[in-house]
Amino acid sequence: MGPGMHRGCERFGSDMTGLWVVLGVLGVATVFGLWFQRSSGRIREARDAGPSPALTGVVPAADDDPPVDIEADAPTPAVAALAAALEGRMGERATVVQFSSAFCQPCRATRRILEEVTVLVPGVSHVEIDAEDNLDLVRALDIRRTPTVLFLDSQGTVRKHASGQPRKADVIAALGDLMPGSPDFEI
Amino acid sequence: MSSTIDRTSAGAGDCTREQVDPRGPRFGGAVTTVVLAVALVLVGTPAGFVLIAWQTLVFALGALVGLQAQPYGIVYRRLVRPRLTPPAELEDAAPPRFAQAVGLVFMVIALIASVLGVPVVATVAIAFALAAAFLNAAFNFCLGCEMYLLGARLRAR
Repeated sequence: MGPGMHRGCERFGSDMTGLWVVLGVLGVATVFGLWFQRSSGRIREARDAGPSPALTGVVPAADDDPPVDIEADAPTPAVAALAAALEGRMGERATVVQFSSAFCQPCRATRRILEEVTVLVPGVSHVEIDAEDNLDLVRALDIRRTPTVLFLDSQGTVRKHASGQPRKADVIAALGDLMPGSPDFEI
Repeated sequence: MSSTIDRTSAGAGDCTREQVDPRGPRFGGAVTTVVLAVALVLVGTPAGFVLIAWQTLVFALGALVGLQAQPYGIVYRRLVRPRLTPPAELEDAAPPRFAQAVGLVFMVIALIASVLGVPVVATVAIAFALAAAFLNAAFNFCLGCEMYLLGARLRAR
């Protein structure tokens, strides 16, 4: 094998490396993108997701603990911070809280959807919070993306949440779950 | 706009922000994907270096001057948009411009690595930029924007 041929093989080898990197990146990105499209904006029960104990304010008690009255429990820092941020802006029957930031593509569309729905449904308010201006609250609630949408019941408890832009029909359905038996809520 | 704007309500100052046709940045992402894919295959060759330098310049114009100066955006506005229906809605220019800045960081690393003769580093940097551009074009996913809040949470504790 002559030196010229060896160099030729090396050239060929590096070209193939680049091609494999391209195919690998596009493959991984496609899998990630499909997962992102499926999961983004899906409205979940607050208890099912990671930050649920902090969000719901219900701290699971150990078996040997004396029975505690949930009502009398001191609220977790996350619950207290959220309550403080929403003071005076809670809806009578439900509150939809949207966390937004400056570099957020879907925040505008999310705002439009939530405003349309909350105008439609009486007793529900839409509160938009700038995530960057409220980083302590964002950390307390473990919010990682914008938009993140929290659905609070009339008591101010986070019942559902979505990260990414939720669909309008899902928002309506989620509010229906939060406010059972509301006769004036028929769409 | 006055001091009555409630800073906890991000929507308040919206009407003053620059707006763009959201299909423009996605078109740019598609062109960028092709350019970076070819650049990855050609890393270590003169043609590859030219492509890396070109894409670095494109990102620099988009991030530092603005989207109106981004070459692929100009192509979109001059040649593509006239053939399409008007956009259903506009979006803020800030997120796609931020994405250009993220791309610029990767491509500056790739450019420096190419000059210093470290093709592995150049390849990895271009691979990240390619992933971001492809996600933007194919799925409308802005990688830099999604990372932004996590970054903001880390700083200023």
